[in-house]
Amino acid sequence: MYAQMVQSEATKDDPEKLAAFQARIDRDEKIEPKDWMPEGYRKTLIRQIGQHAHSEIVGQLPEGNWITRAPTLERKAILLAKVQDEAGHGLYLYCATETLGVSRDELTEMLLDGRMKYSSIFNYPTLNWADIGAVGWLVDGAAIINQVPLQRTSFGPYSRAMIRVCKEESFHARQGFDAIRKMAEGTPEQKKMAQNAVDRLWFPALMMFGPSDKDSTHSAQSMAWKIKMNTNDELRQKFVDQTVPQIEFLGLDLPDDGIKWNEERGHYDYSDPDWSEFFDVIKGNGPCNVDRLAARNKAWKDGAWVRDGLLAHARKKAAAKVAAE
Amino acid sequence: MSAATSNEAFTQFLLRMGDNTLILGHRVSEWCGHSPVLEEDIALANTALDLIGQTQMWLGLAGEIEGKGQTADNLAFLRDVWDFRNLLLVEMPNGDFGQTLMRQFLFDAWHSIQLGRLMSSSDERVAAIAEKTSKEVAYHLERSADTVVGLGDGTEESHARMQDALDYLWPYVGEMFQSDAVDAEMVAKGIAPDPASLREEYDALVGRILATATLTIPDTAFGHKGGRTGAMHTEHLGHLLTQMQWLQRAYPGSEW
Repeated sequence: MYAQMVQSEATKDDPEKLAAFQARIDRDEKIEPKDWMPEGYRKTLIRQIGQHAHSEIVGQLPEGNWITRAPTLERKAILLAKVQDEAGHGLYLYCATETLGVSRDELTEMLLDGRMKYSSIFNYPTLNWADIGAVGWLVDGAAIINQVPLQRTSFGPYSRAMIRVCKEESFHARQGFDAIRKMAEGTPEQKKMAQNAVDRLWFPALMMFGPSDKDSTHSAQSMAWKIKMNTNDELRQKFVDQTVPQIEFLGLDLPDDGIKWNEERGHYDYSDPDWSEFFDVIKGNGPCNVDRLAARNKAWKDGAWVRDGLLAHARKKAAAKVAAE
Repeated sequence: MSAATSNEAFTQFLLRMGDNTLILGHRVSEWCGHSPVLEEDIALANTALDLIGQTQMWLGLAGEIEGKGQTADNLAFLRDVWDFRNLLLVEMPNGDFGQTLMRQFLFDAWHSIQLGRLMSSSDERVAAIAEKTSKEVAYHLERSADTVVGLGDGTEESHARMQDALDYLWPYVGEMFQSDAVDAEMVAKGIAPDPASLREEYDALVGRILATATLTIPDTAFGHKGGRTGAMHTEHLGHLLTQMQWLQRAYPGSEW
């Protein structure tokens, strides 16, 4: 996942062209990079796919926080494979964004100076080993619910990237559930870690779907363009309905007293997250915002000599090749 | 030589192989999310993943040969500094990206030659692990050599940093080629080659790449030692273990 509160751009294109474009989308045709598209569609997609890519990159940090402390060789290997996948997702999402006419370096600069966002979830810390299980199970679980419908999104490169990403995410969610199950069935200390992780990450996971529909003003255009396929609340409900029985299966306490099966609706009722906390995190005041951006900025700055060096070498080689011809 | 002694030497040899990959895999994994460019994040995670997978094989076999019921995890997470048998080179800190890649290259070059020899080991389990892991290591070497060349022969700054990295790490290369009684026994049984016999091929390979990288090998024959025998590790290893082993030590007997 990991695109929240993506504001749709208004569009001022020729009404005839717009109507023809909308008709293509309504016929479920895929829009490809060289096709005509409204400027608003292009800009909204850059924002959404770019934010998604950034989330994959920043998302390496909370998981990387535990790679060096993973408790067994197998868990370490699984976590490395997962983080490697996330970086790979970032790579092909950046490629999808580049087809819209913005370079990866430009997107990176916008992440680093705060003009672009990444998912709020990665501004929360991973504090015990069960968090790594919970991140796979809850965070990747929420991402899958968001991304499965996006496989049918109207923009071809995004749709194809989502199909690939979803396959890997379901492996992530399964390994996460397996890791936390081991803890929930383990010693009292391990069970305490598992409960602590669920209690702490439950509401931040719900926030991943973005604000409540009644406060989400930017959805209509994106839904018409099939950039957004479902409302925030629909997806959030799906996540709650899927996850509550899993928490019960693990023998853990539910993280919210408001969770109750509602026979009439055929869904679980649940408490809203604290939306003022959500907007604080979005504004940069989450527990880890400053550290996460500082880590990415440091990596980029410290790596400048490497990028420059490799580029200089590639140019020398190209020049030598030309000279030899 | 008695069977017990023989197993002891064989176990030591396997710990040397497995501890190298474990400690280097750990070091490389420290880069997660912090590398200079996204492709490097992917490549470093991939390298670390290969090395940890190789560790499972080598330490798994070490536990089996030792015959005291130790699993690969027990060996990785419950031994202290003096029990580790890795080369000092692999426990050296990451430093900057150049130092990490120079360390990787100096190790990969040795590792690929060693695995090539081990593919004809008299012990078929060793030969099988060597066969499987040599493919991964061939890729590690190709990548680390390319990066050393690219950065050595890049900008003035990248060249200077790579030369610094080489100067810092070169005194840890000699340990790869030192022999002791364990090695003598491995040679006698046809399990592994004499470490000294790898030197010529290593010098040729490393010399060729470093020359292409326009880097100068330090003019010293001095080599630090003590890692592969366990006699004297660097101060760095203990800190690495406090992190790597923390959960297993703090919550003993748990299953993860």
